[in-house]
Amino acid sequence: MIDAYATHRVPAYVSALIALLLGALPLPHLIALIRPDFLLLVVIWFALMSPRSTGLLYAFCWGLLLDAFTGVLLGEHALAFVLVAYLVHHFHLRMRMFPLVHQSLVVLILLWIYQFLIFWIDGVSGHPANDWLRLLPGLGGALCWPLVTGLFGRLIRRH
Amino acid sequence: MVALRNGGARFAPTRVSSLAWRAIALMALAVGIMVLDARHGSANVLRRTLASIVAPLHRIVESPFALSSGVYAFFTTRDSLHAQVSALEARVREDALTLARLHAVEMENERLQHLLDLSPRDATRTVTARVLQVDLDTIRQRVLIDRGSDDGIVSAQPVMDAKGVFGQTTRVNSSTTEVILLSDPNHAIPVLIERTGLRTIAVGTGNPDRLALPYLPRNTDVQPGDKLVTSGLGGVYPPDLPVATVTEVNRDPSQPLVQVRATPGASLDRDREVMLVWYRPRVTAPPPEAPTNTRPGKAKS
Repeated sequence: MIDAYATHRVPAYVSALIALLLGALPLPHLIALIRPDFLLLVVIWFALMSPRSTGLLYAFCWGLLLDAFTGVLLGEHALAFVLVAYLVHHFHLRMRMFPLVHQSLVVLILLWIYQFLIFWIDGVSGHPANDWLRLLPGLGGALCWPLVTGLFGRLIRRH
Repeated sequence: MVALRNGGARFAPTRVSSLAWRAIALMALAVGIMVLDARHGSANVLRRTLASIVAPLHRIVESPFALSSGVYAFFTTRDSLHAQVSALEARVREDALTLARLHAVEMENERLQHLLDLSPRDATRTVTARVLQVDLDTIRQRVLIDRGSDDGIVSAQPVMDAKGVFGQTTRVNSSTTEVILLSDPNHAIPVLIERTGLRTIAVGTGNPDRLALPYLPRNTDVQPGDKLVTSGLGGVYPPDLPVATVTEVNRDPSQPLVQVRATPGASLDRDREVMLVWYRPRVTAPPPEAPTNTRPGKAKS
């Protein structure tokens, strides 16, 4: 695993915290429906660009915090975050080579895998909210991916 | 997880990579936490620790809205405050009259109930709380309020606004509480159709303006405009609180049940102030206290 960016822990934690807060900002209903899972986008970006400094444990901890923050079953976002982070870690060298549109498509698939896991765990644990609206944040996230890469690419120092 | 292991093995043919092992370990840990948490109380320590971390974060999200309302209040003109005060005073006078009449009726009611040897009315106590501007989940209908176990809030406590039932408390932290709204798909409330006295259950639909009554046969006497009030069954909500008004009755001859939709009285998606109710049904005599404290006996032996 080679880090493309000289990340220290601090920017990774600060941006995840901001993403967590952005996710809870009250928005008009229609916009809130398509609001991307900012925290997961941050986790994906760090797993992709600096898998050495921000490991799976990073994904796990933020997932657990999101569970507590939104008051759902503890561990469900942690599980989904670890799975997504693992997939990104595993393919990070390949994913970095993809053109941006291609990368966004991969992110879309990752976000939908995440949504599906959450949907499935909700169903098993007896809180079903099966709604096709769940697919919208994934679309929003994929659309936001170029912005996320552009922003973090500028903010965080490259090697 | 087996698929993951195979996936890992394909790319590193000799052994499963340490990354995959770490992922599997963390996912197993997550599943463990979920199982503990799903059995009520087993992960309480963890949940409480996390809640104490998270509570300030909720306040941060809320702060711009608190600030803006503070600034707005600061710059409100004297005229508009005057108008507001006189309007409120007029309303207080009207309400005082109604209350006086209500009080007389209540006294009379109590005397009559005493004559008939019925059990007395239920005791209630209320406290107001503010709805925090924190979006927990877009699909689920839940909100946070700024009172918690420090204020004596307990789980499964009714929450109301001025126009009707709002929801009930679920998860109680020390300074905040999660409230599940009437309109959450996982919420059901025992209601009574006021006009006919028929008891049924109103279920949330996920839409804050709509409840469904899914358990009424096709020949039920129900029509648009009927008021729904709590029936008092189930032990959570006190009886006779306004819940919703029936808006749509759809009798499909091919269906055994009538499809009824109702609009909640409380404005579930706009309220800033709600009221928490302590309610203790006095229908049955309280059970004798069980001898729970067995420690002194053990200490002696």
